Amino acid sequence: MSILIIKPGLYSTIQDEGRKGFQHLGINPNGAMDTCAMQTANALVLNDASEAVLEFYFPAPVIQFNRPAFIALSGADFTAEINGIDIPINQPVFIPANALLQFKAKKWGQVAYLSVQGGFELSEWLNSYSTNVKAAVGGFEGRILKQGDTIELNLKNASSINSKDCSVMPWKASVHQFYHTNALRFIPGHELEQLTPSSQTNLCAGDFSILPQSDRMGYRLQGPMLEQSDKKEMISSAVTKGTVQLLPNGQCIVLMADHQTTGGYPRIAHIISADLPTLSQKGSNDTIQFIPVTIEEAEKILMLQTQHLQQLKNACILQLDAYHRH
Amino acid sequence: MNVSNLDIYPLGDQAITIQLGDYINASTNQEVIQIFTHLQNHPINGITDIIPAYSSITIVYDLAQFSIPSFYSSRFDWIKSRLLQELELINPVQHSNKSIKIPVCYNNEFGLDLLYLSVHTNLSIEEIIERHTNKIYTVYMIGFLPGFPYMASVDPGIQMNRRAVPRQIVPKGSVGIAGEQTGIYPLDSPGGWQLIGQTPLNLFDVIKEIPCLLSPGDSVEFYAIKEKEFWEIKKAVNE
Repeated sequence: MSILIIKPGLYSTIQDEGRKGFQHLGINPNGAMDTCAMQTANALVLNDASEAVLEFYFPAPVIQFNRPAFIALSGADFTAEINGIDIPINQPVFIPANALLQFKAKKWGQVAYLSVQGGFELSEWLNSYSTNVKAAVGGFEGRILKQGDTIELNLKNASSINSKDCSVMPWKASVHQFYHTNALRFIPGHELEQLTPSSQTNLCAGDFSILPQSDRMGYRLQGPMLEQSDKKEMISSAVTKGTVQLLPNGQCIVLMADHQTTGGYPRIAHIISADLPTLSQKGSNDTIQFIPVTIEEAEKILMLQTQHLQQLKNACILQLDAYHRH
Repeated sequence: MNVSNLDIYPLGDQAITIQLGDYINASTNQEVIQIFTHLQNHPINGITDIIPAYSSITIVYDLAQFSIPSFYSSRFDWIKSRLLQELELINPVQHSNKSIKIPVCYNNEFGLDLLYLSVHTNLSIEEIIERHTNKIYTVYMIGFLPGFPYMASVDPGIQMNRRAVPRQIVPKGSVGIAGEQTGIYPLDSPGGWQLIGQTPLNLFDVIKEIPCLLSPGDSVEFYAIKEKEFWEIKKAVNE
């Protein structure tokens, strides 16, 4: 009752909503980079939003299912196929035993999610399934997946599946609301005012390209040099996902899911939570811009996103119910 | 607590920082720890993390969990006033945090920068050890790595800036100095602090319910041990 990792892919890990409540001990939340895609994948198979999912990049893993399962893919589109038949993302799929899931090409985005109804049979560490690679704990053995790994599936909550063939359900989650344009919205950081006036202008007028050294810890950007009018040493203070720090070389880093809990670089901006899924789907050499918004706007946009996810969850329950009765 | 001269600002749209100062100062940090302890004991629904730092404290929240009266223009405004209410309830009483003695083997093998420090400070290695063990440090904050304690204040005679080029790997348990701070690496990790010794204790242990040995506000004293004792303790703690 498990899945077998035939090929591990580039950086495949088990993630969830993140580990909350331990940042005062230096234990950061980790969790999915694109939380909307993670929640969509879970909603489609009627899992709780907090259920563990598999997060992966391209080249993607090749996965053998040794039992029938109800699965969904969301986030990046890597043109999935099961036993050689194309399957769409953002649509739940019943798959038969011994199905082989693989991915042909990178069509859109950077980071993808696989959910399985009932979730994976793993133990939580500090109330979360997320992998903390640095501390080698959480997720699957605290590490990125390797060839030959076998991950048990949790059958307890899975709906009864009786399918000899791969069967794509006829409903689709609408996800375009989750992804914004290349212009990411931010609220000003506490140290924004330390930038020279021209650097403040450049932050909002310039193009920033994403450097290849970007990873789950942070996205390094290459853009106009930003300068502080008054180079003041800062003492360490908390940072968060989406915080834009100014590095000593005048370039920026956006902190992502595996960020440290505290930092000492100037925090010039915070990308709004609702736009972090968009950023996480950007890759090397993609270009982004920054647009300022107020905290009120940021909250409103995030609440709309939360509502959309809730509606999606409700719709998935109704659709599957109707399908079974039909 | 006097709340009139606090700098309170959003750290993104789901966190709020209360800044009490912008320097490392024992009494400011004590206030930070008081707020931390109070908020841990008086939880507010929707708050997910409380992160104390040297002179600031950050409260992380899930804003969808807040239901707020309509006269607040934002959830940020609501949580800000809610926190200010709590802060006013805090009595400036001393909290009894735990006090821990940590064994350290100070030698050139574990303390790769001990000789450099000795040359630079004109002190013998024995004097450096004496000055490092002769103080009670406060854990000002935990950050950088799971369980990494930022402790102060180091004797002015043995204070030393970070290395110009950080090491690729600093071994787990290494004790280092950075300016007036001293710290312990809980895991093998890159790092730039000046290394003076190593402790056999585990600062971070995943199988424990509370995986970190130290918390913000704790008191720490170091004592010197010989290498033989180092390996004995190390064996005992990993059994």
